[in-house]
Amino acid sequence: MIRDVNLRINGQPRRIEVDDTASLLDVLRNRLDLKGARFGCGAGECGACAVLVDGAVETACQLEVGNLEDRAIITLEGIGSPERPHPLQQAFLDRQAGQCGYCLSGILISAKALLDRNPDPTRAEIAMALDRHLCRCGAHNRIMDAVSLAARRMREDATAGARLA
Amino acid sequence: MIPPDLAANPRLDRWVGFETPGVARVAVGKVEYGQGALTGLAQIAADELDVSMAQLRLVNPATGASPDEGLTVGSMTTEMSGAAVRAACAEVRSLFVAAVAERLACPAEALEIIEGAFLRDGEPTGLDYWALAGEVDLARAPGDDAAPKKPQDHRIVGREWPRLDLPPKLFGGAYIHDLDLPGMVHARVVRQPAPGAQLVEIDERAIRHAAGETAEILREKAFLALVCSSERAIDAAAEAAERTTHWEGAPDLDPDVSEPESLKVLPATEYPGGEAPAGPSNRRRIEAAYGRPYISHASIGPSCGIARFQDGRLDVWTHAQGVYPMQGMLARLTGLEPERISVTHVQAPGNYGHNGSDDAAVDAALIAVRRPGAPVRVRWRREDEFGFEPLGTAMWIELSAELDAGGRLADYTAHVWSGSHTGGRGAALDQTALELPPAPPMAPRPGAPRFSGAILNALPSYEIPAARFVEHAVTAPMRTSSLRGLGGPANTFASECFIDELAEAAGADPLTWRLDMTSDPRALGVMERLARMCDWIDRGPPGSGRGLGLAYCRYRGRGAYVAVAAAVTVETEARLDHLWCAADCGQVINPDGCRNQLEGGMIMGASWALKEQVKLGGRGVASTTFSDYPILRFSEIPPVEIDLVMAQDQPSLGAGEVSLGPAMAAIGNALAHALGARIRQTPFTREKIVHALLA
Repeated sequence: MIRDVNLRINGQPRRIEVDDTASLLDVLRNRLDLKGARFGCGAGECGACAVLVDGAVETACQLEVGNLEDRAIITLEGIGSPERPHPLQQAFLDRQAGQCGYCLSGILISAKALLDRNPDPTRAEIAMALDRHLCRCGAHNRIMDAVSLAARRMREDATAGARLA
Repeated sequence: MIPPDLAANPRLDRWVGFETPGVARVAVGKVEYGQGALTGLAQIAADELDVSMAQLRLVNPATGASPDEGLTVGSMTTEMSGAAVRAACAEVRSLFVAAVAERLACPAEALEIIEGAFLRDGEPTGLDYWALAGEVDLARAPGDDAAPKKPQDHRIVGREWPRLDLPPKLFGGAYIHDLDLPGMVHARVVRQPAPGAQLVEIDERAIRHAAGETAEILREKAFLALVCSSERAIDAAAEAAERTTHWEGAPDLDPDVSEPESLKVLPATEYPGGEAPAGPSNRRRIEAAYGRPYISHASIGPSCGIARFQDGRLDVWTHAQGVYPMQGMLARLTGLEPERISVTHVQAPGNYGHNGSDDAAVDAALIAVRRPGAPVRVRWRREDEFGFEPLGTAMWIELSAELDAGGRLADYTAHVWSGSHTGGRGAALDQTALELPPAPPMAPRPGAPRFSGAILNALPSYEIPAARFVEHAVTAPMRTSSLRGLGGPANTFASECFIDELAEAAGADPLTWRLDMTSDPRALGVMERLARMCDWIDRGPPGSGRGLGLAYCRYRGRGAYVAVAAAVTVETEARLDHLWCAADCGQVINPDGCRNQLEGGMIMGASWALKEQVKLGGRGVASTTFSDYPILRFSEIPPVEIDLVMAQDQPSLGAGEVSLGPAMAAIGNALAHALGARIRQTPFTREKIVHALLA
C-alpha cells in the first residue's frame, strides 16, 4: 500500500510516500539517494546491502520499509564521510583493504556493529562477524587487519580520552 | 623500439597533455577493475614526466578521450600499457626539455624538472610544462630517441602508493550501479533460455500487473524487453515475465555435462604443439587425468549498463573490459556508424575476465535504439549473472610422463580438452533473436595466428628433454569465455600436482625434484624463498591429516615466477591453515598493489579448488544463487604471507592472474600429503575427500 512512511536514517527523520512493501534497499538507493548500501544478490546472501537497524546488522534487500518506522537505521553514509572518516574507514584506507570494493560498505557496517559491542576482537571473532559478507577479490586478510587496526586506534583514543578527562 | 600500444596510437597528445595549469593529463585505454592497475600507470607517468602524483590526472577511459588499447585482459596492463605510457611520457619530457634548452640557449643536460617546473643548474627558470604547452606540439608521433629513465632513477615507481580508486568506494556511491541520469528508465531483457529458442507466448497482463505501473513491452521476434520507470517495478515485471513466458526450442541439458570428463565425448578439433610424439621406450611410464569443472566469475554485483539514444547518437556507460571494443561491437549490433557511438567506462564490482558486463551494455543499447530519448539502465539480477554470463570452461587434462632409469623426467605429454576461453562477447542475446539480425562478428583473417587460452601452461615450467601437448578444442554446451588466467590455472593445477606424483614415483622430495629440473636463477630463487617461508624442511610424513604442499609455475611460460605453498588440515573437509607465496614479477611498480593482486589470486584459486562448480541442468545453469554456488568465506580464509622479489632491473610482469594456478596446485598437493591419497578433480568437496579416504 502506498502511504507515508516515517523513517529515521542516520539520525535524520525522513518521511516518504512509498509502497510500504518496498525494500529498504530500494528506498535508500532510489528515493533517498543513499548509494552506500549496494545490490549484490537480492536474497540476503552476499551482505553488500548491510545496514544497521537499532544497532543490529540487517540486509536491506530483505526488509520492508513499512516495518521500519521509528527504528534507527544507519547506512554507510551515516558512519563517516571523506571529510570525517570513521576510524574503520581510515583504517581501510591505511591498509588498502579492498580491491573492487563493492563488498566494503556492508563489511564496514558489520565491522562497526562488532566494534560497538567488542572493542578488542580476535581475528577469529572478526572473521565470524564478517562471515555473512562475500568478498570475491580475496581482500579478506587486509579487511580483517584493517578492522583490527581500527579497534586498536579506537581503544587508544578511548584511553587517551579517559586520561584527559 | 616503440611499444605496440604506442605504435597503434602514435599521437602523443592522445596520451599526455598540459591543457589545465598545474595538471598533467594522462590518458590510457586500460580500465580499472579495482586491481589498482591505473594507480600503477599513474606512478609510471609521474616518474617519467617528473610531476607529482597530485599533479597527475588520469583520464577516465572513454572513446575519444583515450588511446585505443583494446581489452584490459591477460595481466597485461602493467606490461603493455605501462610500456606505452612510459615511452610516451619519456618522449613528451624530452620534447619539452629540448624546447626549454633552446629558449634558454643552454645544454639539455643542464636542465632538470621538479614537479613539472624546469630548473637550470639547480636554479628556477620560471618555466614549466604549462608555460610551454602552447609551443610544444604533441600532435605528433614519437621518435625513437627518448630513453625512459633507468630503474635506479625512479622515485615513485617501486614505492607503495595508495590506490587512487579506493577512497570513494569506502564512503558511498562509486559504481556504474550508482549513476542516476536525469529521466533514466529501468529495463530488462527477458532472456531466451537457449540460443534459437522461440518466443511462443507472453502474458502481458501479468507483466503489467506485477509492475504496478506502466510497463512498456518491446517485442521483436525472440527479443523481449521490458521498460519501467523504477527499479522496483522492473524487478517485479521481469520476474513475472520469466514466470509466465513460454519458449520453444530450449532443450534440457543432461546434468552430467556439468562434469569435466564430459568434454571428452564432444566433437573435438585437435591442435598439437611442442615436440614430436615420443617413440617407444622401456622407460617407466606414469599417467593421470585431472579435471576442473565449469566455474563462474561470481562478481559480487551483477552487471549493469546504461545507454541513451538521442539525435542519432548512442551514448553508452559500461564496465566492460575496453571502451573501443565495446564501440565496435555496438556498431555491428545497432548498424550505427562507430563515430555515432560514445562509450564511457564506469567502475564496477570486479569482472575477473569476461562476465556479463558486455551483455548488460548491449541490452541497454539495443533497448535504447528502439526507444530514443531517456537513458536506459539495465541492471542484471543475481540469477541473470550466474545464469547468463559466459562461464569459465571446464577442462579435462590427461597427462603422461616417462621417468628415466635415474628417476629423472625424460618425456612429458599433456592432452587438454577445453571449451573456449575467449569470444562470445555480447552474445547473451542470440542475435538471430532480432528481426534484422546484425552481421556476425568478424571471423579471424584466414591464416591469422590462432590464440588459444586452453594451452596456457599446458606444459610445466621446467627444462624437460621432450615435451608436447595436444589441445582438443570442443564447443561447450554453454557459452564460455575468459576467466582470470584462462586455461593457465587449470593446467598448472594439473601439471604441478602431476609433478608431485612423478617425484613420489621417483622417490624424491617434491621440492628437490623441481629444483633439479631448472637452471633459471629466478625460478630457483622463488622456490628457495618459498621453502624457507613454509619450513619445507620440517614437512611431516604423508597421511597424518595435516598436509604441506607446494607448486611453482612461470605464468604462460614467459610471465611472473610464482611459487605457492599451502598447509591444510583434513578431517572430512579440507581446512586451509596457511598460504605462502614467493613471486618475482620483474620490476614492481606498486609493491602493495602487487601483493594485493597475488594474495587475491591465491584466495580465488583456493576458492576454486575447495568449493566452486557451476551446476548445469534444466535449460542451462542450475546454480543461480550464492547458496548454490558457494565461494570461500571469511571464516575459511587462512593467513597469507607473501615474499615479493623486487627485481627492479627487469621488465615488469603482470600479477593479476599468476598466483591462481600455483595456489590450486599447492592445495591439491597439501591435500594429497594430508590424506596419503590424491584427488585429481576440483572442487575438493567432502564427498571427494571421503571417497579418496575409502578408496
